[in-house]
Amino acid sequence: MNDRPPILDVAELRKSFGHLEVLKGVDLQVRPRELVFIIGPSGSGKSTLLRCCNRLEEPTSGSIRVEGMDIMAPGVDINLVRRRIGMVFQSFNLYPHLNVLGNVTLALRKALNKPRAEAEEAGMQALARVGLANKAKAYPNELSGGQQQRVAIARALALEPTIMLFDEPTSALDPELVGSVLAVMREMRESGMTMVVVSHEMRFARSAADRVVFMDQGMILEQGQPEKLFNAPDHARLKQFISSIERH
Amino acid sequence: MDVILQNFLNLKILGEAAPYLWSGFKMTLLLCMVVVPLGVAGGLAVALASTLKSKWLRWPVVAYVDFFRAFPPLVLLIFIAFGLPFLGLDLPAFAAVALAFLLNTSSYYGEIFRAGIESIPRQQFEAARSTGLNAAQTLAWVIVPQATRNVIPDLISNTLEVAKLTSIASVVALPELLYAARQGQALTYNATPIIAAGIIYVACLWPLVRLLSRFEHRQIALH
Amino acid sequence: MQIAKLVDTFFDVQVMLQYLPKIVEGFFLTIQLALAVVFAGIACGLALALLRVARVKAVNFFIVLFADVLRALPPLVLIFIFYFALPPAGIRMSGFVATWLALALGLAAFAEEIFWAALLAVPKGQWEAARSTGLDFVKALRYVVLPQAVRITVPPLTNRTIAVTKGTALGAAVAVGEILYQAQSAYTFSYNPSTLTLGAIAYLVLFVPVVWFGRWVETRFAWKR
Ligand SMILES: Nc1ncnc2c1ncn2[C@@H]1O[C@H](COP(=O)(O)OP(=O)(O)O)[C@@H](O)[C@H]1O
Ligand SMILES: [Mg+2]
Repeated sequence: MNDRPPILDVAELRKSFGHLEVLKGVDLQVRPRELVFIIGPSGSGKSTLLRCCNRLEEPTSGSIRVEGMDIMAPGVDINLVRRRIGMVFQSFNLYPHLNVLGNVTLALRKALNKPRAEAEEAGMQALARVGLANKAKAYPNELSGGQQQRVAIARALALEPTIMLFDEPTSALDPELVGSVLAVMREMRESGMTMVVVSHEMRFARSAADRVVFMDQGMILEQGQPEKLFNAPDHARLKQFISSIERH
Repeated sequence: MDVILQNFLNLKILGEAAPYLWSGFKMTLLLCMVVVPLGVAGGLAVALASTLKSKWLRWPVVAYVDFFRAFPPLVLLIFIAFGLPFLGLDLPAFAAVALAFLLNTSSYYGEIFRAGIESIPRQQFEAARSTGLNAAQTLAWVIVPQATRNVIPDLISNTLEVAKLTSIASVVALPELLYAARQGQALTYNATPIIAAGIIYVACLWPLVRLLSRFEHRQIALH
Repeated sequence: MQIAKLVDTFFDVQVMLQYLPKIVEGFFLTIQLALAVVFAGIACGLALALLRVARVKAVNFFIVLFADVLRALPPLVLIFIFYFALPPAGIRMSGFVATWLALALGLAAFAEEIFWAALLAVPKGQWEAARSTGLDFVKALRYVVLPQAVRITVPPLTNRTIAVTKGTALGAAVAVGEILYQAQSAYTFSYNPSTLTLGAIAYLVLFVPVVWFGRWVETRFAWKR
């Protein structure tokens, strides 16, 4: 369906914390405009995989290419790479001392050295995309969890990344606030953003994901189209995992 | 290097000054053993008084605390040592120091205990009163123990400051450690006794400093 | 009658007026000394805490050693070391410099610990969010972590700073002409305790507002955790 070169190309990725090997040789390709959904039990290494992709964690071995560039190569400007990769955290991690617009424009102004007016214009556009242009002057603690997470998404979007990584973006939200965040993510997918999403929102996965990846104990055990994975999983562990999730 | 040893860590001089330093050390220890409990007791009294309902009783307590917090302790000590005799109150140096410390440190300990008491939720009072304890019993058996536990790091920190502060007694010629060191220096024309006193202070108080760092960082881990 | 005697002894207006200029002189010297201590101490403490963030083992060892020793050492002992013990080694400094240095180093030690603790208190996610948007280490520290850390430090640092500035009175022991020294020498000349009262009033005028300011800071910054 899509045979352009992958935006994200992870090969033989290993990561150990001391003696604990958390990623045991992971291969993952994500192509342009693809939405890859990662599921798996807690502790299986999903967060670590995402965090290795922008080197918030230093991989132990293996290779990671973003838009064809080896981000592990010596001399690579990791800060430049990180601007190409948007990241959204489970706990939002908004800057509490800055208002919403300040959160969204900080990197534009201080990392890209854009003039204030230009940064704020880009920031307002990003906020409009997540439906929060009217909250630009609010501070994070004045927003609901769902609004905070949408600001965090805008903060990443403002840098015009080529790929976005989401680490359980709705897990910290009250159930009634989940929908607003998923709606924003759906809109992003429709406008062609490449996305990797770690989440337990199976309904969203069924309707929006191009591919679902099941991780277990630091390895990718199975991957494929959502219907195939959810309706006819090959592995007993996956079957067990799906039923445990759907029972809530 | 030799000059430094000669002037700062001269063992012969140290031998000569040792008896002074030892008696000074004992005096400092005695001073701490008197002024710390005195300050804690005074502070507790101040804190309890500041929980009183009546404005007319509470206001003087706040004034007392602010007054003595604004006063540098050395100024207070000088005032007591040189001023009180004019009232016919010729206190011995030790008593003057103890009085100055009581006034100064009780306001600090008082603030700490007050913060501790205020950190206890109202329901604790109500629960205790509902079991038939009277107000005094509630304070003594329910509130103060919890309050104290909540402010242990601050209490230790203040006690460290009080221990360090005892060195100002040397200014009114109370022969504690620093005074003895100055005397030793004057007699021997050598800095070794002062350096030695510094080392003794650090050696004795360092465990407290470490303990405090522990507490501080643990508190942060909880946030 | 008793009261009249008390007032005469401790509030002899004539004596007070006579020595007022001296005390005023001391008052301004105290302010100068205090400001010099505060700026040097806090700047040095912040610099050490930031240095410590780089987590170079050998450097951090010395920072911790410095902070520990200076927190354990009574400031008066340090003043005496600088003033009486260093000259034989060829290092001479005035009482003012000795007092300033001793108090500033002490404040630096406390400030370093306060800043460091606050830097640690900023959640790791803040670092990660900043770094994930391409801000480098220094920019993440400067624009994201430090502003939050400084907020946390305001109440404890204010209290510590107040305590240390009151230590300027220790300068009297090494002939720094600040308030206490002026009051004491006036007392020696006049043998009248009203001079001491005057000194005490000068301290209250200076420090009561400071203590109130400290209280205000505590309540102002307490609501937000
Ligand atoms: N910084 C770290 N240090 C040590 N162990 C870690 C660290 N981060 C994660 N781990 C461990 O790695 C494993 C995988 O963690 P993680 O990637 O967060 O899993 P998931 O996101 O799938 O729940 C877990 O066992 C976790 O305890
Ligand atoms: Mg995770």
